[in-house]
Amino acid sequence: MLSRTADHLFWMSRYTERAENTARMLDVNYQTSLLPQSVAVDQLGWEGMLRISELMTPYRDLHDQLNASDVMHFMVREETNPSSIVCCLKAARENARAVRGALTTEVWETINDTWLDLQRKLKGKEFERDPGKFFEWVKFRSHLSRGVAIGTMLQDEAFRFYRMATFLERADNTARLLDVKFHAVHSDFYGAASQLDQEYDIYHWIAILRSVSAFEVYRKVYRDVIAPERVAELLILRADMPRSLHASLKGVVGNLEQLANQASGETERFAGKLLSELQYGQIDEIMSFGLHTFLTQFLTRINQLGTRISQDFLLPA
Amino acid sequence: MTRHSFDEMYAAPEQVREHYKKYAAWLAQQPPDIMAARKEEAEMIFRRVGITFAVYGDKDEEGAGTERLIPFDLIPRVIPADEWTVMEQGLAQRVTALNRFLHDIYHDQEILNAGLVPREQIEGNVQFRKEMLGVDVPGGVYSHIAGVDIVRAPVPGGQGEAQYYVLEDNLRVPSGVSYMLEDRKMMMRLFPSLFTQNRVAPVAHYPDLLLETLRAVSPAHTASPTVVVLTPGMYNSAYFEHAFLAQQMGVELVEGQDLFVKDGFVYMRTTRGPQRVDVIYRRVDDDFLDPSVFRSDSALGCAGLLDVYRKGNVTLCNAIGTGVADDKSIYPYVPKMIEFYLGEKPILHNVPTFMGRNPQDLKYILANLRDLVVKEVHGAGGYGMLVGPASTQAQIEDFRQAVLAKPDGYIAQPTLSLSTCPTYVKNGIAPRHIDLRPFVLSGKTVQTVPGGLTRVALKEGSLVVNSSQGGGTKDTWVLEP
Repeated sequence: MLSRTADHLFWMSRYTERAENTARMLDVNYQTSLLPQSVAVDQLGWEGMLRISELMTPYRDLHDQLNASDVMHFMVREETNPSSIVCCLKAARENARAVRGALTTEVWETINDTWLDLQRKLKGKEFERDPGKFFEWVKFRSHLSRGVAIGTMLQDEAFRFYRMATFLERADNTARLLDVKFHAVHSDFYGAASQLDQEYDIYHWIAILRSVSAFEVYRKVYRDVIAPERVAELLILRADMPRSLHASLKGVVGNLEQLANQASGETERFAGKLLSELQYGQIDEIMSFGLHTFLTQFLTRINQLGTRISQDFLLPA
Repeated sequence: MTRHSFDEMYAAPEQVREHYKKYAAWLAQQPPDIMAARKEEAEMIFRRVGITFAVYGDKDEEGAGTERLIPFDLIPRVIPADEWTVMEQGLAQRVTALNRFLHDIYHDQEILNAGLVPREQIEGNVQFRKEMLGVDVPGGVYSHIAGVDIVRAPVPGGQGEAQYYVLEDNLRVPSGVSYMLEDRKMMMRLFPSLFTQNRVAPVAHYPDLLLETLRAVSPAHTASPTVVVLTPGMYNSAYFEHAFLAQQMGVELVEGQDLFVKDGFVYMRTTRGPQRVDVIYRRVDDDFLDPSVFRSDSALGCAGLLDVYRKGNVTLCNAIGTGVADDKSIYPYVPKMIEFYLGEKPILHNVPTFMGRNPQDLKYILANLRDLVVKEVHGAGGYGMLVGPASTQAQIEDFRQAVLAKPDGYIAQPTLSLSTCPTYVKNGIAPRHIDLRPFVLSGKTVQTVPGGLTRVALKEGSLVVNSSQGGGTKDTWVLEP
């Protein structure tokens, strides 16, 4: 396969996944902000979201206030913000258009249709009228394009790149999601501003679980009350939890093995090492190391892994 | 003007031509609201499939980008089998002669030596590529994919009878074939019953014929050639077509940046290292193909490509330097070429053409600007053209000055009243002018899928069918007996 084709597929996949996860993250904050918590905590929630996405500065350039509607607008339809849902879906579509010949007709039409639908929705103010429903729609379209790709594409190199990129992006996004709370209150767990807020802390973790569709899974796995450590364990270490770091890394490594070329040996080792740490890691260990520190390191390594993959496969020699 | 045109469907008001009878009867039974709904459905599907073209410096109706739909008309253009049979022979004859001509001018130049085509017309032409002199291309084929623009118009000075004329030969990188294919797909999707009632010759095998053609002209060094389509990229107006053809043929769609030359061969960069490329169906103009020889600022080509090509280690389709044969200044000589190379009478007619370089003709042109179509010899796409009867006095005067300043830069033809075909317009159905572009493939043999792309000028009275000037398309039916 052409390196350029692989590159476009890689980014098409990442941007689709990113749009979905941004919608998930926004939805958590949006749902949480409907709770009767203090204004300060509400603000911290949105601030955390911007910080973890490394978007505080560009946001401040555009807005004086930090509130739900401005942040959501910035993260959904701001065209100068490359991480906004609009920009992600546009980039996914442009990348798909550049390699539409390497996709099945159905995959291309699904992605193009998402883009065309989005235009209609934004024009019709559907997002402003009902943010929750809009986020549902973004998730649904992402499910659909992934399903169509898995259901129709030949399982060749193109498909492996497509899948690998999804898992890489997801690992990054889940790690950021888990870290949102820290960025808001500068503490892993019980650092909320008042007694009342502390009680609502539990809702934050429930919201996180819901955002990765893991609330019912949690109940099924632990059959117990919601405890932050267990949430972290579920989303970091469980191999059978589809959006966990462990499962995501497994997806990266599995596809990477199929793609191996003469240059990629070191990258495979790098990814394999990261996976094995999740395979054999324990939540107590991670907690005593510090959740935030762990996640920060993890994000750095995921970033390095992405760069390595680029160098081995995507950049023309 | 419309009054004097030949209408493809009606011989006279209320009198439907034989080959349109079945369709006209069907159309009469369709409720207008159903047809309107079908039209909307077609647009929605075209947009979802992304069958769009880019217009430079324009925004689409969403204001979001530069992608536009080419309007698709629901009423097909129908060609009876006997007319098609003759046209098909005429096309093969014409394209064969043009390929012979190209081989000749880049080798022995017999036609120039015989004085049939003035030497300076060729050697002074910017489309004449000296780099191609003495270069042998596989099978002697230069224009593997040719798009020949044909119109039907009343014979000048005749009694109202109409005939087909070749308006232009496109031998470089003719586009539009994807619309021919997609229009048919759309018609079959919208109106399946029409295709059980009418015996419409299929066109869907075009990509197979194209691949067969490309493989047939591969360099001698390989039995299983790697074919690619070379595109300028996704912002090119015909990008959809490039991607479409690559996908339909199951070959890679490459950009210049994907290619490089090493040790006398062309390679593409893949995730598994370099892979040799044998045949390039290039949709990039000559000037941009090789920055080391032609335009050095081109990022669309591949440095060193020409060298590999001249060595015969890669085949370019179409060949470099075909533009000299489809230039408007060469067009008047095509009937002579057919006689010279094939010893045959031309089956398809040329439009009578006056050449500015010829003093006698120039006088006539200047005296009759109001009635003529004047064309810049190197113009394309409906630009650089004066349609006398549809122009203001000021426009005519501008052109007069331009022609006077550079007489050999212009040709002129009588204003042909292109035939019309009933077409959906705002207030119902009305006749609109159309042309036809069949696509002629030359490899081991010369093949044409039945019909071609019918373009329609949607503005009332307009004779300009180019998509860049607001033209639309129609499905084209060749009815089998």
